[in-house]
Amino acid sequence: MTVKRDSATTGAGAVPTGPAIVVDGLTKRFGERTAFTDVSFEVAYGEVFGFLGPNGAGKTTTVRTLGTLLAPTSGTATVAGLPLTGANGVEIRRRIAVMPEAPGLYLRLSVAENLDFFAGLYELDDRRARIERALRAVNLLDRADDPCRSLSKGLRQRVGLARALLSDPEILFLDEPTSGLDPLAARDVHELIDGMRRRGVTIFLTTHRLAEAEALCDRVGIMNTTLRTIGRPDELREQLFAKTLQVTTREPVADPGAVFAGLPGVEGWHPASSGDGYVLAVTDPDLAAPAVARALVAADADLLALSPSRHSLEDVYLQLIEEDVEARTR
Amino acid sequence: MNAKNGLSWIRVRALVRKEINDYRRNRFIAVTMAILPVVFMVSPMITLFKLPADAPASKLDASVGLSALYLMLVPAFVPAVVASYSVVGEREQGTLEPVLTTPIRAGEFLIGKALAALLPAVVISYTMYGVFLGVVGGFAHENVVHDIFEAPRILAQLLFTPLIAGWSIWAGIAISTRTGDVRVAQQLSTLASLPPLAITTLVGFDVIKPTVTVAVGLGLGLLVIDILAWRVVSALFRRERLLTGAKAA
Ligand SMILES: Nc1ncnc2c1ncn2[C@@H]1O[C@H](COP(=O)(O)OP(=O)(O)OP(=O)(O)O)[C@@H](O)[C@H]1O
Ligand SMILES: [Mg+2]
Repeated sequence: MTVKRDSATTGAGAVPTGPAIVVDGLTKRFGERTAFTDVSFEVAYGEVFGFLGPNGAGKTTTVRTLGTLLAPTSGTATVAGLPLTGANGVEIRRRIAVMPEAPGLYLRLSVAENLDFFAGLYELDDRRARIERALRAVNLLDRADDPCRSLSKGLRQRVGLARALLSDPEILFLDEPTSGLDPLAARDVHELIDGMRRRGVTIFLTTHRLAEAEALCDRVGIMNTTLRTIGRPDELREQLFAKTLQVTTREPVADPGAVFAGLPGVEGWHPASSGDGYVLAVTDPDLAAPAVARALVAADADLLALSPSRHSLEDVYLQLIEEDVEARTR
Repeated sequence: MNAKNGLSWIRVRALVRKEINDYRRNRFIAVTMAILPVVFMVSPMITLFKLPADAPASKLDASVGLSALYLMLVPAFVPAVVASYSVVGEREQGTLEPVLTTPIRAGEFLIGKALAALLPAVVISYTMYGVFLGVVGGFAHENVVHDIFEAPRILAQLLFTPLIAGWSIWAGIAISTRTGDVRVAQQLSTLASLPPLAITTLVGFDVIKPTVTVAVGLGLGLLVIDILAWRVVSALFRRERLLTGAKAA
């Protein structure tokens, strides 16, 4: 189901077995308002799981629920191998780390003082070494003694990340770690996440940035109060969109119907809306593309480009969320 | 390191240390801690020094009673201000959420917050009382000194200080958990810290003759109230409630 990675470097020391997170029919309501309902999914150890959805979709509430901050209204979940119950709260929190939407630093305290406090809350032994390691990981060692008040938003975000790394968590929840960051700062955070993923940390990442999810995540779930879909980014693209080949030729082909008809893997065609080529509906681009190329050459057409259509995760996302909006207005 | 359901003193200590570091640099709290004690120490001193040597006993008693009340306002108000900030202050800064995602238990959070308010309050109050005794003992009239240095009076002051502070702390934390605004929390907590002063006032103004038995008896009474308040606040202290300030759904 998922990408296997070396999980020997995760926090617990021993190689954890079974999925890192199992969510089954989880629902959270605040009085009349439903934050999310009937959500089910699994995340494997070592996986980077992206949780996408529009504002108010219930992403943060899901993170808070799995992080034992909020009790679910119904449904069950297992986090880091432990059933999500009040009695397991302390032990679950020992194994995970959460970086909330807002980094939540004590602005009057220095970076090191902030981290030292959290190292104490995790009852960590070699605090000084761990703080140093975490700060080095986010490239902030030289700012250790600066008060957090004096840090820019991007730097504060990095302190938040360092804090989340302190305890070597098995699972790291990151709630929109790049929101409000400029592209450069966001790229720094992406590199950090990528570094953690290479070390085998399980990451649960909520985000609005689809390119971010596409680049970083092994699998994504698209959420809109309920889980709309889940899968690898390329799987989702395939599920949602018909497969096509874009054909570009120098001159219009004399009789495109005759050229494309009966080719293996080609189901139909129509002229491209841009006017300089054709769009072919295909069952399998890998099978169809060589046949199409040969047929065009045989028909004496100058083939300029032949490419399978690229739908981004953004297309998938917009398609799903727009379906929801339409369903609601109907 | 700690019993399965017990408290982790490592976490409590980490919280206390963070709190004290933090409000040393919080101008409002630092100023409260610096100014209040001076005001409430200097005004009774002035009253006592202004007493003529031949002041009637009733006048003397009233002034000594007033000074006891003033001195008790510090252990009442200082921790009330600190405790009222404890939860709502963190909520406003957005620091509560990251703290609650660590293994800390609600009970540890509560004890840590309470100790962080209690320790400075007791240190400040005792220091202030020591200075007060020193100055009055050195410079006031003999009959004033005699009255101020009565053993039961001193015992009462020493005993009541942490106990009065205890009440203010539980009231302050309870209010802080429920309000969304630091200022409102501070005003309500200051008000809520007043009732137990009634007890100490009875002794201060000799309504109840201050004897060792009375001081210890009233001290025990305050202790029971503090413990009850702690139990009530603990029972009301839910993680979800802390985070949102609202009733759990
Ligand atoms: N403490 C709360 N009390 C009442 N309603 C809440 C509470 N927290 C969240 N909600 C509601 O639950 C829904 C989901 O909110 P949530 O913050 O989880 O969304 P989100 O997907 O994280 O949105 P965003 O992308 O804006 O961060 C919203 O309708 C929100 O108003
Ligand atoms: Mg959110």
